[in-house]
Amino acid sequence: MPTYNSTKCKKSARIERIKEHIFANMPQIEADRAVLLTQSYMQTEGEPIVTRRAKAFKNILENIPVTIRPDELVVGSATVKPRSCQVFPEFTFDWLEAEFDTVEKRSADPFYISEDTKNTLRTVYKYWKGKTTSELATSLIAPEARLAMKHNIFTPGNYFYNGVGHVTVQYDKVLAIGYLGIIEEVKAEIATMDFGDENYITKKTLLDAIIMSCEAVITYAGRYSALAKEMANKEQNSVRRAELLQIAENCARVPANGAKTFYEACQSFWFVQMLLQTESSGHSISPGRFDQYMYPYYKADIDAGRITRDFAQELMDCIWIKFNDLNKCRDAASAEGFAGYSLFQNLIAGGQNREGLDATNDLSFMCIDATMHVLLPAPSFSVRIWNKTPHEFIIRAAELTRTGVGLPAYYNDEVIIPSLMSRGLTLEDARDYNIIGCVEPQVAGKTWGWHDAAFFNMLKPMELVFSNGVFEGEQVGVKTGDVASFKSYDEFFDAYKAQMNYCISLLVNADNAIDVAHAELCPLPYLSSMLDDCIKRGKTPEQGGCVYNFTGPQGFGIANVADALYAIKTLVFEQKKFTLSELRDALANNFGNGSANAEKITEQIALELSRKGVNVTSEIIAKIYSEIKSTNTSARYAEIQQMILDAPKYGNDIDEVDVIAREAAYTYTKPMLNYKNPRGGLFQAGLYPVSANVPLGAQTGATPDGRFAYTPVADGVSPTAGRDVNGPTSSANSVSRLDHGIASNGTLFNMKFHPSALAGDSGLENFAALVQTYFEMKGSHMQFNVVSRETLRDAQKYPEKYKSLVVRVAGYSALFTTLSKSLQDDIINRTEQSAF
Amino acid sequence: MDNNSVVGRIFDIQKFSTHDGPGIRTIVFLKGCILRCRWCCNPESQSYVIQRMKTKDGTKVVGYDTTVGEVMKKILQDMPYYRRSGGGLTLSGGEALCQTEFVKALLSECKKNGINTAVETTACLPWEMIEPVLPFLDNVLMDIKHTDGAKHEAFCGLRNELILQNARRIAESGANLTIRVPVIPTFNDSEEEIRSIAKFAAGLRGVKEIHLLPYHRLGYDKYVGLDREYKMGDITPPSKEKMEHLRRIAESEGLTAIIGG
Repeated sequence: MPTYNSTKCKKSARIERIKEHIFANMPQIEADRAVLLTQSYMQTEGEPIVTRRAKAFKNILENIPVTIRPDELVVGSATVKPRSCQVFPEFTFDWLEAEFDTVEKRSADPFYISEDTKNTLRTVYKYWKGKTTSELATSLIAPEARLAMKHNIFTPGNYFYNGVGHVTVQYDKVLAIGYLGIIEEVKAEIATMDFGDENYITKKTLLDAIIMSCEAVITYAGRYSALAKEMANKEQNSVRRAELLQIAENCARVPANGAKTFYEACQSFWFVQMLLQTESSGHSISPGRFDQYMYPYYKADIDAGRITRDFAQELMDCIWIKFNDLNKCRDAASAEGFAGYSLFQNLIAGGQNREGLDATNDLSFMCIDATMHVLLPAPSFSVRIWNKTPHEFIIRAAELTRTGVGLPAYYNDEVIIPSLMSRGLTLEDARDYNIIGCVEPQVAGKTWGWHDAAFFNMLKPMELVFSNGVFEGEQVGVKTGDVASFKSYDEFFDAYKAQMNYCISLLVNADNAIDVAHAELCPLPYLSSMLDDCIKRGKTPEQGGCVYNFTGPQGFGIANVADALYAIKTLVFEQKKFTLSELRDALANNFGNGSANAEKITEQIALELSRKGVNVTSEIIAKIYSEIKSTNTSARYAEIQQMILDAPKYGNDIDEVDVIAREAAYTYTKPMLNYKNPRGGLFQAGLYPVSANVPLGAQTGATPDGRFAYTPVADGVSPTAGRDVNGPTSSANSVSRLDHGIASNGTLFNMKFHPSALAGDSGLENFAALVQTYFEMKGSHMQFNVVSRETLRDAQKYPEKYKSLVVRVAGYSALFTTLSKSLQDDIINRTEQSAF
Repeated sequence: MDNNSVVGRIFDIQKFSTHDGPGIRTIVFLKGCILRCRWCCNPESQSYVIQRMKTKDGTKVVGYDTTVGEVMKKILQDMPYYRRSGGGLTLSGGEALCQTEFVKALLSECKKNGINTAVETTACLPWEMIEPVLPFLDNVLMDIKHTDGAKHEAFCGLRNELILQNARRIAESGANLTIRVPVIPTFNDSEEEIRSIAKFAAGLRGVKEIHLLPYHRLGYDKYVGLDREYKMGDITPPSKEKMEHLRRIAESEGLTAIIGG
């Protein structure tokens, strides 16, 4: 007999009302945080950096506006207006200043910004010149690595421009003992210290900063309690008045104290979740195993008859909407790469516990239902699947998939646990993993994983092979010799590996420079209060305070590299259909398609240049256009492309190609194992692009897999869109031939389904069987879009009709209508795996 | 003769088929059929002759000769999915059972490899061609399109007496038989017609399930590609409500009725 109650709870009418309120208007940029932060920084010049960070945090929490939105049961809003965002000038600011006048109109993730806010921010920014993490990082990165970045071989953009985030803290600790308890713990630690300890000064400074941060959070919650009381006094509706009084009581008790009820636990959780995103701009602050650490509070309330399941569900639904109330404004280029206003707050249900027993409980099912009730992109909802997962749980997850919300993502315990152990986690910690952000596994409360360290375009080193390491006259890669002189496939592959190895070393250099910059300028004392072993070590996570330290940069384009290598191996060297020299010319001339798409290509190049800050004049545009127009259109180039396109492709269950794909992935994942970060942790590769495959593809020339210049690169470990023509099982068979275990920062396999494939009970059963079979074959992650092409095309034409249409884009869900046109096209073009 | 070298004529192999027998299945489509049903969504399957068909991307050759060994290679690729889902091979067409030797060899290889087997058949052929393959089939999915012989002939080209007789024989043989009904507006979508088919099905020994497959127009492009007239005109598929209504009628005859199989 199951030990859980899986009965579905009803959805309260409140949920739609809150949802409507949150989505009524365009998100906007607010300046309060930036002003308060800067104010404090100006007063603390010369003090230790952790102290300055804590004082700034305190100043923010004591003075930033507090807002309770209509109908809310769980409160805490980072901004006055719903779904809006604060600004974090300590990481970078010049991009926003440059985009003040375009941020409202841009295609991906637009934000409204008032003239007042612009002026306020302009004043604030004067202080930050020369003081940001990105400026320091820039000065630390080796010139060779900067050159590689300039040529778009990789982008470490996320942490280069923003806070790090990508963490799951000890929610359980805050729920159990509150910040007063944590302050006690810190004081006890101070009591053990000796004035003569070699780290006394730095440790004491940090511990004091932690205490100050925790106290600031308690003050902040107190302000909500007071506000709720004040609103209750004015409230005419007696039901709402009672709710507000309850909110006032909750906020007076938590997160200062340990939670006594499930409701208090929900409120306490939310303050932690929200305030981590006020301290720093790092995204992917992932709630992790919500169904596990919340369960004791739920169970105690249910057993004592203090709560109904319906009310517990309503509270969870409220939190689910709150995840969508938080927002972040990124620069235009990053917004394309992370499109969908997503903060990647990954919440996971199911799986096994630390002892290796199945951990599915009532809340695991209620997490699925909450996602079903709100049908919004946040949280990024995931489920853990293993050999003992209850069948009912998988079927309920499949039902959620069938709604087309793009959730949940499915993760395989049987691959991820051993994979994490191979990176030094204990068996118990590995079993307790959750997912950060898109697909990155780690253990909560003790990991500083730097999971989103960079995106590495695996096609660029291949371009370098053809150009002997030169881009636009600059020696960017290593000299591997004239490609036309290569006598064998092995010689070509060795050259590719040499370019890869060199580029990877540059990526590591850039990441480590940024790592140092964060430790230097933006250590986070509040975060340190909830991660082991920061208190004992007296170090923040950035300084190496955590038990587990990683750097996880992502490679993408495996499908393209595999198809390219296979084409070269068979067509050039085995069948001698054309030479490498001919292929080089065909690539340089975009397979003779240069003139046909001249206008489109010119537009793309101009867009890229303007993004990089180049003033694109009409003369420049004319010059680019004429160059492209004059490109050679020899029929031989098109013939070469056709031969390549006709060759077997990755994603069709063809052994010979898939073996090459496995080798292609190794060219990225294996060299990464040789590197360490400044915190003493390992580099570990991931294989997924979020949606960077589209903007970075727009900066990549034609490739030997037959791909035209500037078109998207394949995402994650998925086959190239449209080239897997034998259905989902063949696709999955191919993908499962890669080594997923070595990519311990996560792999991403995206599959799109027409709803008919999941129709009826048998549709759900077969879908579940597909996921489980892929997992039996040692795949590690799977996610699905269940939509029709027609729906998506219609949504492109009539976005207003589809405002809440959610699509999962490489690793997360996004509102389709908020995605850029190019990304929408990419989604539509993905092979539709339908079965009638 | 070795099973693996037996030659047959097929025109497609489709993986991850989920509405053609239990679990995740691979369908092998065989060339050639006896009936000429007006709504047939695979008109390229009807002639045994290898044909050319125009498509959006040019001309496609429909049909090729292959061996049991070659087909088995494809079928075995999805073995892990069959195991997990209880799926396997489904033979479809055309009328698969027209190629008795090939079918027998293919099914017997499947059984050797522990693969679940099914056939989608019109059963409109001599009993001597059906009986020998029954021992190798785990599921028989058989169409009964109409109980009225004249109407059957008008829409499908042949009368239905042999079909109904074979249905009884297959049922009596102890095979695991499921009856499928393509629900075609203007042909068999009235209450009485569906009831009559369901009644007949319910009278067959061991038959518990009936599948109602709503008419769809997905074959239209192929008629154009084959230079053939699409005789269904602009008849639209039955509504969900209508299908649900017919499903309840079929259930009232004591069967489990499923829309879409």
